[in-house]
Amino acid sequence: MEDATVEEAEVSGGAEFAPALVAAHPLGYSVAVAVGPELRVFNLKAGSAVPLSDDSGGCSHSDAIRAISFSANGVLFASAGDDKLVKVWKTDSWCCIRTITSEKRVSAVAISNDGLYVTFADKFGVVWLVSMGETGGGQEPTDNKPVSILGHYCSIITSMKFSPDGRFIATADRDFKIRITLFPKKPLRGANEIQSFCLGHTDFVSCIAFTCLSEGPSYLLSGGGDSTVRLWDYINGCLLDTCQVRDKVGEILEPNETEDRNLAVADICATNDGSLVAVAIQSLNGVLLLACDLIAKKLSFLKVIAMEKCYIPTSLSSSFSADLLWTIMGASNMPNQATSQLFTRLKVIPHFKNDLLASADHVPSVLEDSEVPHGEKLLLALQGSLDIAKQEEVLASVLAALKVSMHKMLVKKQYSEERREQRKRGRNDKKIKK
Amino acid sequence: MKRGDGASGGGGGAGGQQKGAGKLPRKRFYRARAHSNPLSDSHFPVPISPDEVDLSQHYPRYFPSDEGEGRQGDAAASRIRFADVGCGFGGLLVGLSTLFPDTLMIGMELRDKVTEYVKERILALRASNPGQYDNISVVRTNSMKYIPNYFRKAQLSKMFFLFPDPHFKEKNHRRRVISMQLLDEYAYVMEVGGIIYTITDVEELGEWMRSCLEKHPLFEAIPEEEIKADPVVKLLSTATEEGQKVARNGGQTFQAIFRRIPLQEE
Repeated sequence: MEDATVEEAEVSGGAEFAPALVAAHPLGYSVAVAVGPELRVFNLKAGSAVPLSDDSGGCSHSDAIRAISFSANGVLFASAGDDKLVKVWKTDSWCCIRTITSEKRVSAVAISNDGLYVTFADKFGVVWLVSMGETGGGQEPTDNKPVSILGHYCSIITSMKFSPDGRFIATADRDFKIRITLFPKKPLRGANEIQSFCLGHTDFVSCIAFTCLSEGPSYLLSGGGDSTVRLWDYINGCLLDTCQVRDKVGEILEPNETEDRNLAVADICATNDGSLVAVAIQSLNGVLLLACDLIAKKLSFLKVIAMEKCYIPTSLSSSFSADLLWTIMGASNMPNQATSQLFTRLKVIPHFKNDLLASADHVPSVLEDSEVPHGEKLLLALQGSLDIAKQEEVLASVLAALKVSMHKMLVKKQYSEERREQRKRGRNDKKIKK
Repeated sequence: MKRGDGASGGGGGAGGQQKGAGKLPRKRFYRARAHSNPLSDSHFPVPISPDEVDLSQHYPRYFPSDEGEGRQGDAAASRIRFADVGCGFGGLLVGLSTLFPDTLMIGMELRDKVTEYVKERILALRASNPGQYDNISVVRTNSMKYIPNYFRKAQLSKMFFLFPDPHFKEKNHRRRVISMQLLDEYAYVMEVGGIIYTITDVEELGEWMRSCLEKHPLFEAIPEEEIKADPVVKLLSTATEEGQKVARNGGQTFQAIFRRIPLQEE
């Protein structure tokens, strides 16, 4: 059934949809939303939408943004995507300070914890690095072009993160691999020393996130197409625990709904004390909460925060200081849409921290539109419209677009046995003996 | 996704004709295309992690399957130490088997018919030489994609890349089995002090492999006299079918033999 949908979409113009993304500033100063080629930023301190400016002399994004990321201290922000541009922004002025051109489309982007390097992964599975400093820091003289530092052999990288201590860079791919690489002091020469591989997912890995106890060791969380969230000792590549979300979601959705539905994990987000993990799942209208016990090294199902029927979040983010969990749903190039305006739908879950949400009798709530910080002003800036919630058909079409886009982004094309045979028959390099 | 032995597709039928006879399989039943695209998505089972590699299937004498699961997880149990990547018809494995009779080694080959041939060849050798050739096996896989699925960190002491596909076109250089990126993975599965052997009869590829290894911070060249003293080196050009072909035609070969070293960060 999935296949049919995808192929249909290919036939009808082959437009690529990209799911909308949300990222919260680590210190809670601002929140950024990417939908299609548009980057929308709202300053939470000033309570106003931020106009973006560009000092880099490069173009602005012209195609879907696929990855956005704040640096650990929140000073820098990077956006990249299908237009092969990687743009680096200073978050005090929201001015673009660098535009880097990639040879291939970009699937993931990250900023090193010291803010000195930006890394991005392209469609060949190669990770490139550019120095943000004035010089190469005593390394070989560079013309400040991106250098390739590592690669996943012909597998697209879906997520890339730096460890909290900045020593490692983690990359996850569309096969089932998570690679942990030592991030060297002079990374322009390449990141060749692999610390470990975290192997256990049986399908694509869609998202990874580091989590740690305060001042304690850090761990890695991952989610994937096998409907599991996994907890890793990434230093040794050991799987500590696996949480099957398929069963839990199956209980919540109606039985006939789970059958042909994709229950892949779309995104994960941990609280800053590492005790809770929010999980977005394809086809689930809501957010799943897991309790994460980093002492016992256990992941366990806690509860589901249900949302309205046609709201299926695909991207989650929270900041270290504020306890808000931002969730978003939206897609670029929505079909059957009259206006050129790109809509998203944003929802915020308050008190995203342990003490309240973890208690069994607490029924978590989702903020009403009027309760969202800065209310309508913020929603207008980030969603593109206020009454999107009322436009059922818009949301429905977003939903349809998302289904295709997530599938295309994460799932490798599978050809049936017959189709493979057919392709072989049509091969022109084969001698035909009769 | 455990490795199933009943590799689907051709080859199996031809192999069946000779089973039990202890006779060496004949190559003409295993004709295969000379090249295989390492970029294409493959349709054979791959172990999810090295823990799932079923050693009892490969080395029944070392890992009797009736001893149950306990043995597999035993860290002290002998593990595969040599890997021949792109083993072809298995000449090197057969040569190494008697040279290192107590070392487990595996050949990795992408073409299924060739893999079937090597399987039959090893079974025939075991049948006609009891007590020998129990330490070698072969697996059909794409080692450019799945090396970490088969081996743990620092597990291997030797890796072999003999007469790999040259992939002349620049566009296809990323299909070469030796590249800076893939060397990261080979370095990961090799122990410090382990040796990587490469040989080719294509000068351009020889230079490429040498320059990749020279540039890579986790490998260093092995001095000439040490190479001369290594009994394995002689096998590189004499044990394999490709090597013999080159020697027959009076061709030249180009070797690059490097040692895995720890990372040095100034």
